[in-house]
Amino acid sequence: MQKITIEPVTRIEGHAKVTIHLDDAGKVERAFFHVNEWRGFEKFSEGRPFFEMTQITPRICGICPVSHHLASAKACDVVAGVKPPRTASLLRELMHMGQMIQSHSMHFFELAGPDLLLGFDADPAIRNVVGIVQANPELALKAVRLRGFGQDIIKRLGGKRVHPVFAVPGGVNAPLSVQDRDAILAQIDEMTEVIKTGLAIAKQWCEANMDLINQFAVFPSSYMGLVDEEGGLQLYDGKVRLVDKDGRKLEEFDPQDYLTYVGEHVEDWSYLKFPFYRKMGWPNGTYRVGPLGRLNAATKINTPMAAEEFKVWKSINGGKPVEGTLWFHYARLIEDLYAIERAKEILLDPDILSTDIVADTGTFAGEGVGCVEAPRGTLFHHYKTDANGMLTKVNLIVATGHNNWAMSKSVEMVAKAFVDGKKLTEGMLNRVEAAIRAHDPCLSCSTHAIGAMPIVIELFGPDGSLLQRLTRD
Amino acid sequence: MAKVKVATDWLAACAGCHMSVLDMDERLVQLLDKIELTSTPITDLKHPPKEGATVGILTGAISNTTNIEVAKQMRERCQILIALGDCAVFGGIVTMRNFFDMNEALKRAYVETESTVDGKVPCSEELGTPVRVCAVNQVVKVDIHIPGCPPSPDAIYYALSELLEGRIPVLTGDNLKYD
Repeated sequence: MQKITIEPVTRIEGHAKVTIHLDDAGKVERAFFHVNEWRGFEKFSEGRPFFEMTQITPRICGICPVSHHLASAKACDVVAGVKPPRTASLLRELMHMGQMIQSHSMHFFELAGPDLLLGFDADPAIRNVVGIVQANPELALKAVRLRGFGQDIIKRLGGKRVHPVFAVPGGVNAPLSVQDRDAILAQIDEMTEVIKTGLAIAKQWCEANMDLINQFAVFPSSYMGLVDEEGGLQLYDGKVRLVDKDGRKLEEFDPQDYLTYVGEHVEDWSYLKFPFYRKMGWPNGTYRVGPLGRLNAATKINTPMAAEEFKVWKSINGGKPVEGTLWFHYARLIEDLYAIERAKEILLDPDILSTDIVADTGTFAGEGVGCVEAPRGTLFHHYKTDANGMLTKVNLIVATGHNNWAMSKSVEMVAKAFVDGKKLTEGMLNRVEAAIRAHDPCLSCSTHAIGAMPIVIELFGPDGSLLQRLTRD
Repeated sequence: MAKVKVATDWLAACAGCHMSVLDMDERLVQLLDKIELTSTPITDLKHPPKEGATVGILTGAISNTTNIEVAKQMRERCQILIALGDCAVFGGIVTMRNFFDMNEALKRAYVETESTVDGKVPCSEELGTPVRVCAVNQVVKVDIHIPGCPPSPDAIYYALSELLEGRIPVLTGDNLKYD
């Protein structure tokens, strides 16, 4: 048996490798998506004051620190028994929209984009953001400015682009100034046009590559995302909705009750756990999250331009959930559009400049769950403390984790469909990586090809002994 | 003039330092006239070139055996090694794990967490083995330290600009921060 190793998987966040196991005829038998990272936040947070978590947990991830910051703050609200004033909730949501804009825009233009814009088989030396800059400098600069715009919203509110300090238990630590509101509003229409440009590119690419989309990791699953009372897409707050492969509602629950619905499975070969819906068990209860999961779970979008795109989305599979993994890219840009529209709504809200930004009294509860939709999916923080507010138990289920089964399945399906062990090409292996990339995984959150790229092929005898090892670097 | 080759990688990191590199925005695009990005997490070149690179940048702490291998390879193949960010410089937030027994910490994550069902500690040979967390210079020689969680885009731009001018950067004022 031969084994192909892709390590590290690139243009994703964090450390992963893929092993592809071939039979004697060179056909793919099995493939594994290994996440090689574990840092231990659940344990090393124990014994610390609960309110430190809003600063500790953003260090789980520098791409979506705001999601961890806010999920943490929401858990701390419940622990402390305080409810943030409306303005504080709006300001937290505004910061979250800034993060959605930067993260979704960066993923499309700078991480996954090179595959779509330059081609899966393009020279790996240029198949990256630098290649995009060379191929289309105007577009690349627009993309850089768009990402910078999202980061700027975060900095204006929280002082820093990465690891901002803003939310506190019961609210936020500073009101929004007129100057900052006006500065963000002054750019918002121009930046909306850049997102629409990206959306048009994504749609064009989908139309031109329908055959590929239809054979690239298409499979049924359940889907999860936060929604409002009418089933509208929500990213900051709401009920968790889980729908089945046909789009029928399985559950809609308060995040405080997540343990009733979500379990996690462990495999030997990955530091990333595999969440599943408890009532259906492992592995039948597996589901997908993130842009694909959210748009499949929601029944509407509440902002006008994104609502129009959502109609197109629902028509892709005749109203049923969209199953193709490459559709993630289109879904991500629909959400990008929603995020910037929602940011504008929030900035125009009459309460947004209020200084009523933190609740001052509450009844200490000592336990709480915080939940937001991080760019990559539903994020749960669960804290328990002693009577002095010192943490005794911390449980985190991060966005990318929910998609672990889906990424593993996508890797195996794409390897079986595209990898020919007898005539290996770099592009084949890049497609396997692209199956992971479509999910925009963030592996630091959750716990490297041929040609110029390094690859290791190991040949094992029937007794499992290593017979030959070929490496290219 | 030939472009200066730069390689970057991350160890036990949150990606925030690489985000801060991207946060140079238009200045990063300008820098690309003078530097060639070889292996980085945002390109598909996976290891520093065998013929070597001038500058190697590592972010994140040493937290497992794979991190040690990556750090050693970067050191061997780069003339100047930069430790970027508090995790690479000091070990950072992950060093909090050192206060706990490693097996207890692994058990908490993979067996005892309230949501885990029939858990076990992952132990496949495909995975790196966790080690006591430490800074990069405790494993390989580091030439330039740039602290910050993450360092500001200004600090990173200043450091790279100084290196391009042939000077070893000395961080002062707003460029030198530890938060």
